[in-house]
Amino acid sequence: MRIGDAKQSYLADEALWTSTTQQVWFGLFLLALFVFPFLATPYLLYLACLVGIAVISATGLNILTGYTGLISLGQAGFMGVGGYTVAWLSLHTDLSLPPALLAGGLLSAAIGVLVGLPSLRVKGLYLAIATLAASVFLHFVFMEWTPVTGGTKGLSLRPAHIFGIPLHNDFRMYFVIMPLAVVMLLGARNLFRTRVGRAFIAIRDRDISAEVLGIPLLKYKLMSFGLSSFYAGIAGGLFAYFFRVVTPESFPLSMSIFYLAAIIVGGMGSILGGVLGAVFMTLVPELLKLLTTVVTPFYPEAPVIMSPLRGVVFGALIVAFLIFEPHGLAEIWRRIRRFFHLWPFRT
Amino acid sequence: MDWLFFAEISLAGLATGGLYALIALGFVIVYKATRVINFAIGEIMMIAAYFFLTFAGGMQLSPWIALPLAVLGGTLLGGIVERTMIRPMLGESPISVVMVTIGLASILVGLAEIFWTADPQLLPEFLPRDPVFLGEIYLAPKIAYGFLIGATVLVLYLLYFRFSRGGVALRATASDQAAAYSMGINVRRVFNLAWVFGSLAASLAGILVAAAGGLSPQSGVIGLSVLVIVIVGGLDSILGALIAGLFVGWLETVAGAYFGGEYRMLATFAVLAVILVVRPYGLFGTHEIERL
Amino acid sequence: MHIVVSDDARRKIPLHTAANKTLSAQRKGRKHGGGAVHILEVDSLHLSFGGVAALRDVSFQVPEGSITTVIGPNGAGKTSLFNSISGFYKPQRGTIRYRGADISRLSPPQRAALGLARTFQNIALFRGMTVLDNIKLGAHVHLRTGLLGALAYFGRARREEMAIREEVERRIIDFLEIDHIRRQPVASLPYGLQKRVELARALAMRPTVLMLDEPVAGMNREEKEDMARFILDIKEEWDVTVLMVEHDMGMVMDLSDHVVVLNFGEVIAAGTPYDVQNDPAVIRAYLGDGDIEALRQRLTGRKEAA
Repeated sequence: MRIGDAKQSYLADEALWTSTTQQVWFGLFLLALFVFPFLATPYLLYLACLVGIAVISATGLNILTGYTGLISLGQAGFMGVGGYTVAWLSLHTDLSLPPALLAGGLLSAAIGVLVGLPSLRVKGLYLAIATLAASVFLHFVFMEWTPVTGGTKGLSLRPAHIFGIPLHNDFRMYFVIMPLAVVMLLGARNLFRTRVGRAFIAIRDRDISAEVLGIPLLKYKLMSFGLSSFYAGIAGGLFAYFFRVVTPESFPLSMSIFYLAAIIVGGMGSILGGVLGAVFMTLVPELLKLLTTVVTPFYPEAPVIMSPLRGVVFGALIVAFLIFEPHGLAEIWRRIRRFFHLWPFRT
Repeated sequence: MDWLFFAEISLAGLATGGLYALIALGFVIVYKATRVINFAIGEIMMIAAYFFLTFAGGMQLSPWIALPLAVLGGTLLGGIVERTMIRPMLGESPISVVMVTIGLASILVGLAEIFWTADPQLLPEFLPRDPVFLGEIYLAPKIAYGFLIGATVLVLYLLYFRFSRGGVALRATASDQAAAYSMGINVRRVFNLAWVFGSLAASLAGILVAAAGGLSPQSGVIGLSVLVIVIVGGLDSILGALIAGLFVGWLETVAGAYFGGEYRMLATFAVLAVILVVRPYGLFGTHEIERL
Repeated sequence: MHIVVSDDARRKIPLHTAANKTLSAQRKGRKHGGGAVHILEVDSLHLSFGGVAALRDVSFQVPEGSITTVIGPNGAGKTSLFNSISGFYKPQRGTIRYRGADISRLSPPQRAALGLARTFQNIALFRGMTVLDNIKLGAHVHLRTGLLGALAYFGRARREEMAIREEVERRIIDFLEIDHIRRQPVASLPYGLQKRVELARALAMRPTVLMLDEPVAGMNREEKEDMARFILDIKEEWDVTVLMVEHDMGMVMDLSDHVVVLNFGEVIAAGTPYDVQNDPAVIRAYLGDGDIEALRQRLTGRKEAA
């Protein structure tokens, strides 16, 4: 039971981990993350890398949609820009991972700012549809601009390398993906301790009042688009390095829906929510796979319906969370924490 | 420039556009009454078409029975969706409601693939087969008759909304919910009715479109074109839905015929881009003025 | 408990813009309690929507350091006037001058940087944030953290955050007695406290002109007195000019130095509260046309007959 929450300085009050217990837990968590790949099976390692990529992308979308209130259906497109940039650089240059990834993120950010320009004139659903249009357009480019993107066949990559070390297996990729995910998460969290983050939230809640209070709307909306697309581009680039191939089908529209579902299920407007949602949504298909292997002896047709079943489950999750728990898994987590803070008291 | 070819393509495009207008009408009805943007409209169309496939194909019922049954099925689906998924979201931000429809779309696509497999299918023939000629111009019979049925239904809808009590109630609820309540209008029933009517239009259009172009779980992607249409026409404008529907149908068909199938979507979204720049609230939509 | 804040404490956060530099200089040299200098001048403002004119040839001056109130029946155009001064509406004709300089071309954030702060008729707090964050947001235009600094946080961003936190706590939260709710989400607050938080946020904008749109609407007697006390304290200790829209005549008469009366988008009177109260045009606007004596006779006549 937590008794009292007194701080001695503003610095302590604004910290991310406000009690020693929290700091210890986080330290242990980081340690666990570090030790994990040494103990995990190849399959779990593969999953962990997937989760890392998903977390980065979901956090980006969370910044744009959850915190700034600008619905985006174009996440897959921005990831694709990052992925294709990294792929092209891998084939035509000898750049190591950091600069190539950065290039992917920056190009994605630039496209994101471009896509965000309509936000000057339209908002809400109209903007969402504009992002959808952008996504369709990007998909078209990926498919048709064959000399650069390889058309429908796509591009394959050589293994990434960093400081001369080739990253040819999941174990090594993990040690790039996970730290990057942690750093980018912290960055996002920091954002909302400053005036930039506050401006984003103000735009979501009441943008015209925000303008009168001194926030230049277009600047911050474009900033949100750019930052969110940067995250998506980095995620897409890591995706490309991880799977070593990108095709137009690597980043379909359903991926944009996947990430929307992730932040809704996890909890929009909460960094933790983005993480929980990404983890949850990445593990659900795997759970379904498990379920099918269990059920197949009884229903031999089970594997056939696994793919569409995934769609049904995604959709059902979105609907269920929106109706019953609009603040997502993060809210459930907060309720559990509150319970333990107050225990043995009830309220 | 082969004018005959162009005329044929244009006519086919306009006919398709007529069907699009019908779907857009279904969409606008729902939006006008409930302010809900139904991203799943394409999927409802698809499910109705699949119902027809089962009734007329699998169960071998006569098309005269299968068609109304399938439309009924789709309509019921819309009503159930409203009652179970949209009603609980009353009062929530419009963004959340839209996401519910996105989730719904995903569910319907998955269910379609589970029950009817992912393979493209053809609907049993039920429209007259003789080619239709307007002077020298050839029009595919499916498209022609589809357009005729669609246009009739459209006109019926418009008359209903203009002159019947239900129509008036719908328009009243659309303009001011609180006032409609105080006038004794059962707002919740109106909401449900809006979805029912919207799904009816969508179901019929879905069957007709599938009859002309085939059916697969991905057929719902037509919803994207419809979305563009209602944005271009104005989300709450029936007239806009009509005109924009005809225009987009025509443009898509022409683009597809002259440049190739992949350019259909591109053409549609190019129109969207232009409209968003020039007149973001659509040709006939009402621009809501926000109060500070 | 009133804290008198020295210019030193205020200058902990560097006031960067040129306007603000002249501001501090002007504040030091200026006399207290309103002078002949007009901090805000509205000249022949004309605003219409479609065919409907919300403001017609509106002209008036706001003396510096005064409490000026704009009154008028509902629909007279008072909030439209505020929105025009804030920059949200673009009037078709006319100019708005701040300290003699024409600000009609400036965007709303630029006007906020000059010190034009405001509260809103229907509370416009950001429901996704706590009280503290809402207030800190008011200071947005005076802070300097950019995107990269924000992501990194440690270093300049953190220093700036600590400084603004301290400023907000010392100058505003203690002053308006809202320290017990500072971590609460604003959506959970009662109406009166929400209005006070809105005022706090406006104060965080380091205002030179504080525009309050119906600051005591919907409050009971006690809350109104509290708010009136705060407004007077703000005028005294913060060296701001207060421009209010208000309906409560008691508040208007007690607090105001200068009153402007709007009716159907036109200024029909301006002057001291006493002058305005007795202006026949004003009386007509509020009580309607017609002979007051005859009205009275009819009323008493009916009473006698009954």
